[in-house]
Amino acid sequence: MEIFYNILTATIISGSLSIILVIAEYFFANYGDCKITVNNKKEIVVKGGGNLLNALAENKIFIPSACGGRGSCGFCKVKALDGAGPVLPTEKPYLSASELKDNIRLSCQIKVRQDIKIHIPEELFNIKKFKAKIVEIIDYTYDIKGITFQLLEPNTVDFKAGQYMQLETPKYEKSKQVISRAYSISSIPDIKDSIQLIIRRVPDGICTTWVHDYMKLGDIVNLVGPFGDFYIRDTETDIIYVAGGSGKAPIKSMIEHFAKYQSTRKMTYFFGARTTKDLYLTEEFQEYEKTMPDFTYVPVLSAPSPDDGWTGKTGFIPPYFKDYIRDPLNTEAYLCGSPGMIAAVEKELVNLGVAKDKIYFDSF
Amino acid sequence: MIDIHPFIIFLAAIFTSNILLSNFLGMCSFLSISKEVEASLGLGMAVVFVTVLTAAVNYVVYYQILVPFEIVYLQYIIFIIVIAATVQLTEIFIERFSPALYYSLGIFLPLITVNCAIFGVALFMIIRKYTFMQTIGFAAGSGIGWLLAIMALAGIRQRIKEKMVPAGLQGAGITLIITGIMALAFVGFSGSVIIQ
Repeated sequence: MEIFYNILTATIISGSLSIILVIAEYFFANYGDCKITVNNKKEIVVKGGGNLLNALAENKIFIPSACGGRGSCGFCKVKALDGAGPVLPTEKPYLSASELKDNIRLSCQIKVRQDIKIHIPEELFNIKKFKAKIVEIIDYTYDIKGITFQLLEPNTVDFKAGQYMQLETPKYEKSKQVISRAYSISSIPDIKDSIQLIIRRVPDGICTTWVHDYMKLGDIVNLVGPFGDFYIRDTETDIIYVAGGSGKAPIKSMIEHFAKYQSTRKMTYFFGARTTKDLYLTEEFQEYEKTMPDFTYVPVLSAPSPDDGWTGKTGFIPPYFKDYIRDPLNTEAYLCGSPGMIAAVEKELVNLGVAKDKIYFDSF
Repeated sequence: MIDIHPFIIFLAAIFTSNILLSNFLGMCSFLSISKEVEASLGLGMAVVFVTVLTAAVNYVVYYQILVPFEIVYLQYIIFIIVIAATVQLTEIFIERFSPALYYSLGIFLPLITVNCAIFGVALFMIIRKYTFMQTIGFAAGSGIGWLLAIMALAGIRQRIKEKMVPAGLQGAGITLIITGIMALAFVGFSGSVIIQ
């Protein structure tokens, strides 16, 4: 009996606090309906009080965000024209001086309390949430899988070769939350009703563990995208690609796209791996060497074992660049991989005379 | 009950038994928000404010509700609920009535709802059997001590931002080492006033 009274008292205390909060929220945190004007053409009306990132997402405008609105990734930048209030100390570490001048803000830190006018890149309107069915799983290596998703709703996608999608991992025994992770699209833009992602197992990774150990053909998942400014620039320069592991995904999309349209640009793809066990899609890329006007595939192994019988290139990739770059001023580079690899490659390319603003990368 | 003037407790809580540097409470926001002095000041002020406010509320709740109803063993959960509700309520009010204060202090309130320094103050006031005035002195001192520690750390971190820190120590590593050295400095004060 006594325990019953104790529980009751505790419940009354927390209950009355909740009631006070609800009342306060109703009277003081009620900002009514607020209008968000996006790019001067789309107007959406939301209930005030929440943050801008979520308000936009509820209205199907997806601003890229890796941390989910906690102000720790700095991806959700938008240009705030009017009504966003002063820049908060929580945003400052993520904004450069020129961004501050341009009124760039983190949308997850802006609270919608009045009418707001913002400007976002036009392509973000293209970002949608897709329901998709897993129709094919290929084991490329012992730790890399290629997964093809049939898009169900909406059933087509427009993207540029090199962009990425966010895959939502459903709840499963290792994760009690729905987690989103970004993976580059490896299929070509011309295939609009399905996409392929290449996913490498990360030890203890929430999403990759699900993909490698739990996902089955026929599973239905959510994808959000396409995102990213890592895509082929429409020029006529030579191209150097550098990517290893699952970094091959965006490069595969780019090269297959060029192969389909028989591009005459001179292209060289350096694929970095440790041993022959880490190589995949080698025959396919060697086939492109024959069918494309000017494409060279250069796999480089950093630690081939003696039993591999490897006769190709070994060691680090950067020392080989000078043999393949014919005119540094007329060369673009597309790099995909770890920040350390990208820094090393970028340094060598700049040394050789490639312009820094023509080196595009996607680091993960 | 101990017979120490609340003001002595106030001073002692700042220097001799700094809640952060001698009890290591409130570390998470201390480490993550100490990159810039400006933000640290805002967060520190929020901690001072919330610590005093919640310690007062928790004191009343403890001695007027928990003790008479003999449910002292529920103090942990009740204190947490009271702190969370008080912080939420304060945030709602500040946001509505003082936008200027909200932008300098209010935005940090959600970050410290679950700050263990604030919860620690509530527990220490019970363990050490403080009176109400002693509790207020202790809470204010602890809050200001925390503010002092985070401002000092933010100042140091701003100064070493451009310095060469070994790659493996960058970020959290060097911050923890700095915190350790600061804590060593504060050990020099310890024992000069006993407040428990």
